[in-house]
Amino acid sequence: MSDENVLSQSFEIIGGNFGRAGKASTAVKDILKELGIDPSIIRRTAIATYEAEMNVVMYAEKGEMTLRVTPEMVHLHLQDQGPGILNIELAMKEGYSTATREMQEMGFGAGMGLPNIKKNSDRFDIVSELGKGTFLDIYIYLDPKRKNG
Amino acid sequence: MSTYFHSIRINTDLCQGRMSCMRICPTQAIRVRNGKAAMIEEKCIDCGECITACPSGAIVPLTNPFGELAKFRHTIAIPSPALYAQFGREILPDKILNGLKKIGFDDASDQALTCGEVSFAIQEYLRDYNGPKPLISNACPVIVRLIQVRYPDLVDLLIPIDNPREIAAREIKKKKARQYDLDEKDIGAFYLTPCPSKMISIKQPAEKGKSHLDGVIAISDIYGPLLSAMETVGNESYRKSLESICILGIGWAMVGGICRTLRLRNSLSVSGLTEIIKVFDDIERGKLRNIDYIEAYFCLQGCVGGSLTVENVYISYNKIMKLIETLEFEKIKACPDIREVRRRYKEKYFFIEGKIDVRPLKPLDDDLTRAIAKRIQKDDLYETLPKIDCGACGSPTCLTFAEDVVKGEAKLADCVIKSTGQEPCGAAPGEKNNIPLKGKLP
Repeated sequence: MSDENVLSQSFEIIGGNFGRAGKASTAVKDILKELGIDPSIIRRTAIATYEAEMNVVMYAEKGEMTLRVTPEMVHLHLQDQGPGILNIELAMKEGYSTATREMQEMGFGAGMGLPNIKKNSDRFDIVSELGKGTFLDIYIYLDPKRKNG
Repeated sequence: MSTYFHSIRINTDLCQGRMSCMRICPTQAIRVRNGKAAMIEEKCIDCGECITACPSGAIVPLTNPFGELAKFRHTIAIPSPALYAQFGREILPDKILNGLKKIGFDDASDQALTCGEVSFAIQEYLRDYNGPKPLISNACPVIVRLIQVRYPDLVDLLIPIDNPREIAAREIKKKKARQYDLDEKDIGAFYLTPCPSKMISIKQPAEKGKSHLDGVIAISDIYGPLLSAMETVGNESYRKSLESICILGIGWAMVGGICRTLRLRNSLSVSGLTEIIKVFDDIERGKLRNIDYIEAYFCLQGCVGGSLTVENVYISYNKIMKLIETLEFEKIKACPDIREVRRRYKEKYFFIEGKIDVRPLKPLDDDLTRAIAKRIQKDDLYETLPKIDCGACGSPTCLTFAEDVVKGEAKLADCVIKSTGQEPCGAAPGEKNNIPLKGKLP
């Protein structure tokens, strides 16, 4: 695939900065709207990217989200420098959370993060290394009968 | 070709191309080309900010002149509850309604009572509702447009209960036609409006073919005559006047009024575009799913902040607030009969007559591959621009200029800084003007 068919853009995410939290996923959403992507796909992407971004903000020191859009799919790659996830299987369970009480009081950490990302994506890969960080790949495929306007 | 009706007109003879409108437009729907302002119709949400900003008086709201009344055999004024907030504390709705009959209307109908009925209907709807949340109020036509255009995926969250102004017009026309043995089309129902955007929901309703209203008249246009006419209207006792006010209905004049008077615990009230965008972005992210209902108004403080009102918005907000508090304190409940509302609710009396469609902005290109290529071009071009958003090219920001060039609607040579090769002097790069949607928009 030639380069002009792939839109690629990266966004920095800063750990612990709740004031800026959500900027990256909002930027992603706005790009997809500009491209005329179907609203239901934008909605799923918005939810998945926001959950993923918030995980970085809450747990990691810093991270980066890279959006790639091709005519076939929306792909998001997230990598962070954080503590890593001890037990991915457990983290994928609905309702499981390691969020602190302060985070929960702010409305975060309902333990829906990873399962919610999975639910809203077509393919979801996660690799994590304790003490180093976590890599996520979220794929959402575009319907060939793409709606316009 | 014009597909969309707008309640704003730009008079190009008067326009001096001074760009105030272009800079203030929150959806970046105005360009200045060849020295004249022009509106991009699909982007405009009819908020009316440009009307107030124009230094040349070239942008005007499209409302009906008072003379239109002559076209009908019987005319009825249906005032927005915001009208009740325009006069001093001792002037209560009954006196205002009587004043309206002295300035040329055959009749004046208290819309607050219908507002109260619709409040109850909203309560009924929320009680049985199990779908995705939060539901969003459709009272403000600018918010309805904003959702149609910018947040198409939220359109299903707009509550399908019709607006009080529509229901009031529909019912009063039926009643008066019977009473005076007239044809409904001989009856003119005029909404007395605090903002121009109500005109769009009459000329081009979001969900149905035709509105039940026949026109809108600006509150600011009738304010003077009404004030003098009221001098000759006698006063009822204060208590008696209070007893005729529907507490649920007057709440519609201000943001939070519906939620407060219904005592909805799990609701939010938002006004002002910047704040609304934050809330709508949160809804799109899947937050706020535990909230039942959101009242959202484009104008700060709600309808009392409309651009066609006269009184200072904080004074009028205060008047409504104090009125609600007084009615609560005095335990006056001139409200519609809830059992009657429930009966009509079951008969679908309160529901909107159609479905609200989405109206998403045109993408960079209809073909996704080409749209992606154009988006890359736009980013590359933007990187070469001065990024000071001077607006001299006729586009509000460097980012919108990049998009206009990629779309073929502007020429790169229009960038004064680039074509003269000069460094901009004195201008710090970055945020120059405070456009809420800046940077988020093409």
